[in-house]
Amino acid sequence: MNRFDSMFSRLEGERRGAFVPFVVLGHPDLEASGRALDLLARSGADAIEVGLPFSDPIADGPTIQRATTRALAKGATPSRCFEVVARFRSSHPDVPLGLLTYANLVVRPGVDAFYAAAGRAGIDAVLVADVPHREARPFAEAAKSAGVAPVLLAPADAPAAALEAIATLGEAFTYVLARRGVTGVRSELHLDHARTFDALAKLGAPPPLMGFGISEPSHVRAALTAGARGVIVGSKCVAILDREADEETRLAELGRYVASMKAET
Amino acid sequence: MSFDGRFGEFGGAFVPELLQPALDALDAAFREASRSETFTRELEGLLATWAGRPTPLTKLRRLDVGGARIYLKREDLLHGGAHKTNQVVAQALLAMKMGKTRLIAETGAGQHGVATAMVGAMFGLSVRIYMGAVDVARQRPNVDRMRLFGAEVVAVDSGTARLRDAVNEALRDWAESYPDTHYVLGTAAGPHPYPSLVRAFQRVIGREAKAQFLEAEGALPDVVVACVGGGSNAIGLFADFIEEPGVELVGAEAGGRGSKVGDHAASITRGTLGVLHGTRTLLLQDEEGQVAATHSISAGLDYPAVGPEHAHLAATGRARYVAVDDQAALDAFRKLARFEGILPALESSHAVAAALAIAAERQGARLLVGLSGRGDKDLATVMAADASTEGSR
Ligand SMILES: Cc1ncc(COP(=O)(O)O)c(C=O)c1O
Repeated sequence: MNRFDSMFSRLEGERRGAFVPFVVLGHPDLEASGRALDLLARSGADAIEVGLPFSDPIADGPTIQRATTRALAKGATPSRCFEVVARFRSSHPDVPLGLLTYANLVVRPGVDAFYAAAGRAGIDAVLVADVPHREARPFAEAAKSAGVAPVLLAPADAPAAALEAIATLGEAFTYVLARRGVTGVRSELHLDHARTFDALAKLGAPPPLMGFGISEPSHVRAALTAGARGVIVGSKCVAILDREADEETRLAELGRYVASMKAET
Repeated sequence: MSFDGRFGEFGGAFVPELLQPALDALDAAFREASRSETFTRELEGLLATWAGRPTPLTKLRRLDVGGARIYLKREDLLHGGAHKTNQVVAQALLAMKMGKTRLIAETGAGQHGVATAMVGAMFGLSVRIYMGAVDVARQRPNVDRMRLFGAEVVAVDSGTARLRDAVNEALRDWAESYPDTHYVLGTAAGPHPYPSLVRAFQRVIGREAKAQFLEAEGALPDVVVACVGGGSNAIGLFADFIEEPGVELVGAEAGGRGSKVGDHAASITRGTLGVLHGTRTLLLQDEEGQVAATHSISAGLDYPAVGPEHAHLAATGRARYVAVDDQAALDAFRKLARFEGILPALESSHAVAAALAIAAERQGARLLVGLSGRGDKDLATVMAADASTEGSR
C-alpha cells in the first residue's frame, strides 16, 4: 500500500485533512534542505511535497523560481537531490513523499530510469508539471512499473473528458488547482470547487489535495469545506526558508507555521 | 483521430494541464480558419495592402559567388522588417475570432515583438511583450518601436535573460490570463498546434519564392538555405520544397563563438532529445536535463531548442543543418551591405554565410536564400564588433 493511501485512511479515522508542505530540494543548499525536511516531518506535516529544481520552471512564480535558482547554483542536481531524499527516507520510513518536477528532467535520463531512481530514493508519488493528461500515459506507465504513483493536476475548469483521464491515470492523490496562474502566495482565494470535487469523486479519482496560492489558515478551512482531503502549501514555506536569517530562526519559524496550519485541518 | 502534433518522435504538447483547453481552442480556431474562404481572403488582403506581400526575389549582382547564382527572398522588405508579420496577422485574426482582447508574446531580436505590437495597434488589441534583459539592451531600436506601437515591453531578468526566459515568462502570464488573452508564439516551436499553425502561415514565403525562382531561372533551386532560431522562417521557406527530392534544404544555426556549452546555440547540430517550452525536440542541456546557457551574436537565434519539425527533418536526413559562427555571420552582413546595398538582420546573415560557403564549393549551383529580416536593429552590435576587431589589430 502506498504511503499516501495509509495517510488518507489514518486521517479519515481522525476526521481530519492532510497538511502537506512543499519545499525545493537543495534549497537553500543540499545539507540545509535535508534538515528542513526533518523539521517538517517533526512539526506535524502529514506528507511532504518536494520540488526537483529545473532550469526553466514555467509553472512557478517568483518565490519558487528564486529558490530553484539558488538551489541550482549550490549544485542541486537530480542525483544529489535524490541522495537528500534517501537520507530523509532512512530516518522517516512512514512519511509520504511526493515529487514535483518538469518533463525534461524525466525524459533526459530516460523515463524508466528516472522513475526507478525516484522510487529507490523513497519517493512515493511524482507529478510532472508540464505533462498534461494527453501526454501522461508513457510517464504514468513507467511510474507504475517502478512502484511510484503518477499524480495528475486537475484544474478547476477542466473539461469532463480531461477529468476522466486524470481520474483514470492518477494514483495516490489528485492535485486540484486552487486557481489559475503559477505558484505563489495569494491573500484572496475563491475556493469554490465543489463541482470539481464532485466530478472527481464520481469518477473514482484518487483523493484530492488542493494547492496553488494557499498560505493562510482560513484557506485550509475553506479548502477542506469545499471538499479537499488536504492542502499543499508551497510558496509560503519556501519563502520562509529563503529569508535572510540564520538557519535556526528560519527553521523555528517554519515549524511554527506548519503547526499553525496543521491545527486548521 | 486528428493530427496530434507529432513529427516523428518530436513535437506534442507538454504544458501544464491548465493550458490544454486554450491550446485546444486555438487548434479548433485554426482548423476552422484553414477551411474558411472568408478567413483566407481577409488574411491575404491584409498581407497585400498592409504588410506588403508579395515580397521580391533579388538576385545577387556584385558579391563574388564563384559562378553560383544566389537569390534572396526578401522578407526584410515585409512591413515590420522581418517575416514575423506573416503569421502574427493570422494569429491576431484567430485571437479575435476566439474573442480574445489581449495579446502577449515573447521576442528575442524584437522582430516578433514589433510585429505583434503593430498588429495590436492596427486591430486595437492590448499587447504585452516579454523580452530578455540582454536582448532589450542589444536590440534597442525594436524596443522603442514596440513602445511607440503602444505595447508594454517587460524586460525579463530571470535565468539567462534571453529569448528562452522570455518564453518562460510569457507561458507564466498565459497560465493566468488565457481566458481573455491569446499567446502569439513567435516561431514554429512550442506546444501543438503552434508548430503546424506557424508553418501554415509562414508557408507563403516558400510558395511565392518557388514561383519567383521558376520564373527567374526556369528551374527549381539546387539548394534552399535559411537561418534557424526556433525555425519559423526556415520551415516557411522549406515547406513547398520538402516534396521536391532534387532540392537540398539547409538550415543555418548559430555557431556562436565556439563549440563549448554556453558558447553557441546550435541545438540541432549539438543538441540532444528533451522537452522544452511544450515540445519534445533537440535541445542544449546537460547530462541530467538542465537546459544550457547559449550565446549568439544574433538575439533571434540565441535559443537552446528548435521547432520539432526541424528536429524531424534532421533525423530523417531530409534537411541538413550547419552551425555558422558569429564571425562568419558578421562577414556576410558586411559583404551584403558593401556589395549589394542590403543590410540583412544578423539572424539572416547566418543563412547568407552558409549560402556563400556552399556556393564556394559548388560551381554554378542555383541557391535560394531566405533573407528573413533587415539589419537596422543590429547596427549597434555590428559597430561594436567592428570597434573590437579594430582594437585588437
Ligand atoms: C530576422 C529574423 N530572422 C530569423 C529569426 C529566427 O526565428 P525563426 O527561426 O523562427 O525564423 C528571427 C527571430 O527573432 C528574426 O528576427
